Amino acid sequence: MGILPELFFSFARIGAFTFGGGYAMLSLLEHECVEKKQWLTTDEMAEVTVIAESTPGPIAINCATYTGLKQAGMKGALTATLGMVLPSFLVLLLISAFLQNAMTITVVAKALKGIRVAVVLLILRAGINMLRSILKKTPDKKAALIFFGIFLTLTLCSLLLAWRIPTILMILASGAMGYALFSRKGAAK
Amino acid sequence: MTILVLLLEFLKIGAFAFGGAYGAIPLIREAVLSNGWMDEAQLMNLLGISESTPGPIMVNAATMTGFGQAGIIGAAVATLGVILPSFLIMLVIPRLQKKWSGHRVIRLAMRGIKPCLAGVICATGIHLAIELLSVQNADVGFDALALVLLCILGLFSFGWKKYRRKLVSPIVLIVVAAVLGMCVF
Repeated sequence: MGILPELFFSFARIGAFTFGGGYAMLSLLEHECVEKKQWLTTDEMAEVTVIAESTPGPIAINCATYTGLKQAGMKGALTATLGMVLPSFLVLLLISAFLQNAMTITVVAKALKGIRVAVVLLILRAGINMLRSILKKTPDKKAALIFFGIFLTLTLCSLLLAWRIPTILMILASGAMGYALFSRKGAAK
Repeated sequence: MTILVLLLEFLKIGAFAFGGAYGAIPLIREAVLSNGWMDEAQLMNLLGISESTPGPIMVNAATMTGFGQAGIIGAAVATLGVILPSFLIMLVIPRLQKKWSGHRVIRLAMRGIKPCLAGVICATGIHLAIELLSVQNADVGFDALALVLLCILGLFSFGWKKYRRKLVSPIVLIVVAAVLGMCVF
């Protein structure tokens, strides 16, 4: 098998069988790309993970594009990314096409109502876990907590009092504030 | 026209969703509500389905939203939009920056962005919980059944972590919730 089909099927398999999004995929991606196919070294995989975490967008796409690019240039990057996306794209097309009709079935509507409760719980859990992992790693817990508090309050005001502050604005502001604050602290030391 | 809006909205999501799929949820919420593509209940259906199907969650959400607005072309355009920023970043960054992790500006900015996102995600969760529980026409003024279900799932998730020493996976939690939903509602 040529490198292009191999890239395509490796990423398509991971894309088709991994539940829980990019973070859940990382260990599978590492197994496939580092151990099995030896497309990336352990260091490169770690580097991809760091880039994925500090740049926006789906993590799985970062990994697929990087691996494809390294193995077969631009064609490889496109093939691997397409492989990653295609299975979920097709699955979701199928579900979307039937969802409207399925919603009229009482059992499905009830199940979805239950799922909505789980979604709320998952989002809350993700936010809390994110804060805990930040507090575990950061050298400055107080500053992290203040940032957390400010933007929690701002978002709540935005949502509940209809202040309508765009999330993008908050992300940009927090990035600028983080840079301004921590670069000065670093210089003082 | 819808196609263009879909492309731009999902480009924006792909370009600003830090910290994985949960960081994208507040952005997806803004996009689908402000364009009138969905209401809060449909949004939560979207998130539930995106999380319980395989593959990257943002891609799943983009495909489904795009399909709802403009069929297969809409799905393709929204998906393209959400993955394009990551794709381009990965083409450019590894060449520019031999050791990305050492990049000072990004590292410092991320120390502000990460706790900000944790706050935004928690607030979104709290807001969605309020939305979920507030039902106008119920006798008690709120959706008691949903509250009961939320408590049961919370206990289940907490107990799982306590005894199995790891987080219950989203798909397990969603399946349990779906089954309980069929029984309770």
